[in-house]
Amino acid sequence: MASLGVVLDRVSHWYGRSGTRVVDAVSLAIQPGELIALLGPSGCGKTTLLKIVSGLLEQSEGRVSIGEQVVDALPPNERGAGIVFQNYALFPHMNVAANIGYGLRARGADRAATDAVVRRMVKLVRMENLEARYPRELSGGQQQRVALARTLAVGPSVLLLDEPFGALDKSLRLDMQIEVKRLQRALGITTIMVTHDQAEALSMADRVAVMNQGRLEQFAAPEEIYDTPATPFVAEFIGTTNLLRGSLRFDGAGFRVELGSRGSLALAEVRPWSREGSVLAVVRPEHLRIGPAQGEGLPATVRMVLPQGPFVIYELSLADGEPIKVSLGRAEAAQRHAPGDVVCVALRPGARVQVFEP
Amino acid sequence: MSRTARRAREWQLAVPLTLFFTAFVFVPLGLLAFVSAYGEPEMRTLGISQYTGFFTDAFRLNVLAQTLWLALRTTVLTLLIGYPLAYLYTLSPRWLQRVLLLLIVLPLLTSVVVRTFAWIVILGREGIINSMLLALGWIDGPLTLLFTPTAVVFALAQIEMPLMVLPLITALSNIDPNLRQASEVLGAGKWRTFFTVTLPLSIPGLLAGCLLVFATAAGAFVTQTLIGGGRLLFMPYYIYQQAIQVNNFPLAAALATILLVSVLTVVMVLNALGRSSRGFIHG
Repeated sequence: MASLGVVLDRVSHWYGRSGTRVVDAVSLAIQPGELIALLGPSGCGKTTLLKIVSGLLEQSEGRVSIGEQVVDALPPNERGAGIVFQNYALFPHMNVAANIGYGLRARGADRAATDAVVRRMVKLVRMENLEARYPRELSGGQQQRVALARTLAVGPSVLLLDEPFGALDKSLRLDMQIEVKRLQRALGITTIMVTHDQAEALSMADRVAVMNQGRLEQFAAPEEIYDTPATPFVAEFIGTTNLLRGSLRFDGAGFRVELGSRGSLALAEVRPWSREGSVLAVVRPEHLRIGPAQGEGLPATVRMVLPQGPFVIYELSLADGEPIKVSLGRAEAAQRHAPGDVVCVALRPGARVQVFEP
Repeated sequence: MSRTARRAREWQLAVPLTLFFTAFVFVPLGLLAFVSAYGEPEMRTLGISQYTGFFTDAFRLNVLAQTLWLALRTTVLTLLIGYPLAYLYTLSPRWLQRVLLLLIVLPLLTSVVVRTFAWIVILGREGIINSMLLALGWIDGPLTLLFTPTAVVFALAQIEMPLMVLPLITALSNIDPNLRQASEVLGAGKWRTFFTVTLPLSIPGLLAGCLLVFATAAGAFVTQTLIGGGRLLFMPYYIYQQAIQVNNFPLAAALATILLVSVLTVVMVLNALGRSSRGFIHG
């Protein structure tokens, strides 16, 4: 299984003659052996994009290459891309072995060769002794293993996963995530995974492509997506965040975001937007801290305290009533601000604030 | 009222239907079997002579064989036309599905007699087909289309079509479209996908359709008689003849019982096949 890279070059898709663009000029270059996640809210075009790569759907515009080859004219089975459907789409009238061997038989492999591959696949996905079972006799996790084995049996160079863990119980999900990651690593197979679950995308993928309304918002490593979101959409979609509307000023010593009656915040870095005037500042709750009233920062009143285990979320309201969330570690939160307390919210030293044009 | 008390009284809901079935199905069937036990039209001696007589009489056995053969051919023809139609329906866009469904159900909305006479108009000596072929000069004299077994099969197939197509549509629509896509991505062509995925998964609907068409075609008195004419004799008309024209009620009752048992046997075999195939699909 030689693993190949995938390149999407300004791929667009729309339905009808002048329908809205479900996928809008998306370009992605995926390295061989890389696991990437297409992440976005439902209807953002991520599944459509996956179907375009698989060949089940023909894009309206743009080019898809797998390895060195442009695959636009190739039918799904000649692209070397295997897809695992969200509901697994196992053949209900065939047992595990027949499901896994289906692709090989369809490609004309003889029984002996098929059996050998099936045995190897069954071992790979740890389904030994279950070959004679029918899909309805398997748990969700086992069904997914079979679906993976069936797709991998024909030796694809790219693996496509459509919401792979969406149909699994929460308790099983982590196990299967580890399992899929293990398989992907072991085989070194280029993998594109579609998901709407950010935790899943951030924990599994080497790089995450965040999509919204058919457009690619950002394509970067998980930490980068989280720490330096490229757009306000990414900032809001990934994790929890505070959006503060204000205006950017340079006062000789440094930049400040003036928040009207709420006060102002001094910024060490101003990225990616640095023109003075009205801006949208994005601050993660863990980049803020709570200090005594009359101190530096924004005066605020504690409204709610939400302990989350290892950390505590405080919801506060600023001087004009705007809500703001602050996250503190358990140790820091020891002093326990109670609802009604008047405090000041300030940036932690070295905190990253993203500034966008409004 | 407590839940268990309500449960305990739920059987009462089945009372009206039970009474109806007893009075109008089970009692008449018992009566039929009882009448068939008389040895002669005057109904004096009891025995099984009607049945032994039937199974030693080549003419009567032939009528039964012809009836079952007719039903079988009708079933095969409706299946051959109905399956592609049902498949087309599942692949069609919504608006076309509505049109197709209307066309499929239309035969059910008109009387059997009207539909049968329509076939007479089409197939008669001076019917549409003959006049057209004559006008085109393709034939010298009118063809005998009416009053042939083939004509009966075609007319029955048209009339019974909804009974085949509707269960097939249900079965085909229940197949997850991802299965076909999965098959194609794995490298199977359209035909292989059809024979290894779609066809096996549609077997419950296929058997249900065959069962309905077979049972109805075997007893389709009006169409068999009007399209088949006097020279073709099938069990339903034979029964009518013995009961109404000859007044031989014991023979008519025996014939009816034999037809019923024959059709039920076929139905039960198909049903058993259906049950074993349904297991893996809806299990």
